[in-house]
Amino acid sequence: MTKKIGDQAGKMFEYFGSFLRKCIFSVLSVGPVPDHIAFIMDGNRRYAKKRNLLDGAGHRSGYLALMNMLKYCYELGVKYATIYAFSIDNFRRRPEEVQSTMQLILEKIEDLIKEESMVNQYGVRIYFLGSLKLLSKPVRLAAERAMVATSGNSKSVLSICLAYTSSDEILHAVQECCGEKWDEGSALESKGAGNGLVFLKGNENGKIKPSIVVKDLEKHMYAAVAPDPDIIIRTSGETRLSNFLLWQSANCLLYAPPILWPEIGLWHLIWAVLDFQRNFSYLKEKTKLS
Amino acid sequence: MVELLVVLHIPIHQLHLMQDFLKMQLNRILKYGNETQELLKWASRSGNLGLRVLWLILHFAVTICKVRYLAMVIDSEEAQELSKVFELLQWVADIGVKSVCLYDPEGVLKKNKEPITQRFSSANLSEEAAVNGRLVTRRNLTLEFVSFEDGKEAVAKAANYLFVKHYANGTKEKSDFTEPQMAEALGAIGSGGAEPDLLLIYGPTRCHLGFPAWRLRYTEIVHMGPLKSMSYGSLVKAIFKYTMVHQNYVTSSCGTSMMRKIDLTDAASIVCILLRMFFFDCRTKVKRYLLACMSN
Repeated sequence: MTKKIGDQAGKMFEYFGSFLRKCIFSVLSVGPVPDHIAFIMDGNRRYAKKRNLLDGAGHRSGYLALMNMLKYCYELGVKYATIYAFSIDNFRRRPEEVQSTMQLILEKIEDLIKEESMVNQYGVRIYFLGSLKLLSKPVRLAAERAMVATSGNSKSVLSICLAYTSSDEILHAVQECCGEKWDEGSALESKGAGNGLVFLKGNENGKIKPSIVVKDLEKHMYAAVAPDPDIIIRTSGETRLSNFLLWQSANCLLYAPPILWPEIGLWHLIWAVLDFQRNFSYLKEKTKLS
Repeated sequence: MVELLVVLHIPIHQLHLMQDFLKMQLNRILKYGNETQELLKWASRSGNLGLRVLWLILHFAVTICKVRYLAMVIDSEEAQELSKVFELLQWVADIGVKSVCLYDPEGVLKKNKEPITQRFSSANLSEEAAVNGRLVTRRNLTLEFVSFEDGKEAVAKAANYLFVKHYANGTKEKSDFTEPQMAEALGAIGSGGAEPDLLLIYGPTRCHLGFPAWRLRYTEIVHMGPLKSMSYGSLVKAIFKYTMVHQNYVTSSCGTSMMRKIDLTDAASIVCILLRMFFFDCRTKVKRYLLACMSN
């Protein structure tokens, strides 16, 4: 009986919270709403240490915080969200820590593609960005399954950066562009067009015409599935980007609240959006110039 | 003395009592004197120790500038006010930074490279000193001027460079490009350069405005506000705060970051040890003195 009352009270509290959020978001929506917010989820291990939790408990608390933040973003009308789940640099951590993080990632990917998950509730399509070949087979297969399972969703997009760094992304794009140009040149040569020869070996002056341009590189970036982020939020007060979306963050507002990731809440998101709205015209002008 | 006391009709036994009392008080004064002397000696030693600590703190403060390479992103409109830029660079030079990278998206600072470089070159300074007849010691800055075209456009040029280098022999190479190859390509096309330790943004928004992505991987980014409201205090604070930051990562230039950590740790630990010694010693001595006073 007490449990039923407790459950009902919990539901009422949730409805009230949801109603309050809708009111706040409707006020915020009067101004420009960011299209894409990216998160660097820093501070999970420190949170676990601070609260004397077991290893891995910090990351689990972080996952709950992430689900809440994504829910708030999609309710506000933010279409794209990107999260920095695991960097290539993180492979240098202790093997047992890497193993437990991978295990958690695998578990949470499986949770995400369940029917009743938040992802399906908000029509979220999932992408995994990064050098997925560096992941273990079970995690890589789970990631591919998640991408296929959510390919039919079209309301919002969640990009999960796994085995990702910006420098690796840039190198990958350069590699892909070079491969593409080689294939184009080879095809032209085989047709006997002659341009391919010029392209590959240079013109009469011995100079190679620049062929790869910025647009080609951007087409091959991992993060090409979404527009450039409007806000990057990094928790724990750290002021580095740590090799995350460096190419895409040219005209992006950087927000670094001094709280640990599991402590992030609705008010931090509201503050970030208000800051974005205050600087919107300036950032838009800079985007046009670039 | 005794005759005088006899004349004053003071009884002998009372004289002895008075004598004993005076002796006791004298001993007490002497004892306190010993304690006080000890305290003074300790205070003198502690004073020397304290001076030493202050000396170390002073040297630590003077060498807080562990920023080997500082980058400054300035909003292009604000960068047109060159007097402010000169003032800022002078402050940076005074703090002890040797190398500065100046970035603004539209290349305003690049266009004004001549006057800025002239202002901070050593040749002109020694001329000035000779003319004024005074020896002026000024710190010189190595300046680098960067704009938006040194970011994405440079990477595209580097991609073409790599294509020519690795595909020009007519065969498609199977191995992936590496970070050192990319860095070499950027250097070859004239857009190389070290990754700054610290990046200060002078503008209305906390946004790096397209600073070259390849050089921003692990750089600390601090928003300083608009250039027109810049202050020396906030500059020193930002640089000092940077030196206290522990970085939790292993960079590709692992050795450099580890060496920086060791310098900071050594200096900080010396100061902490000395401070701890000073305060512990202080507490013990004061405690003993008070106990001695109370027991008497």
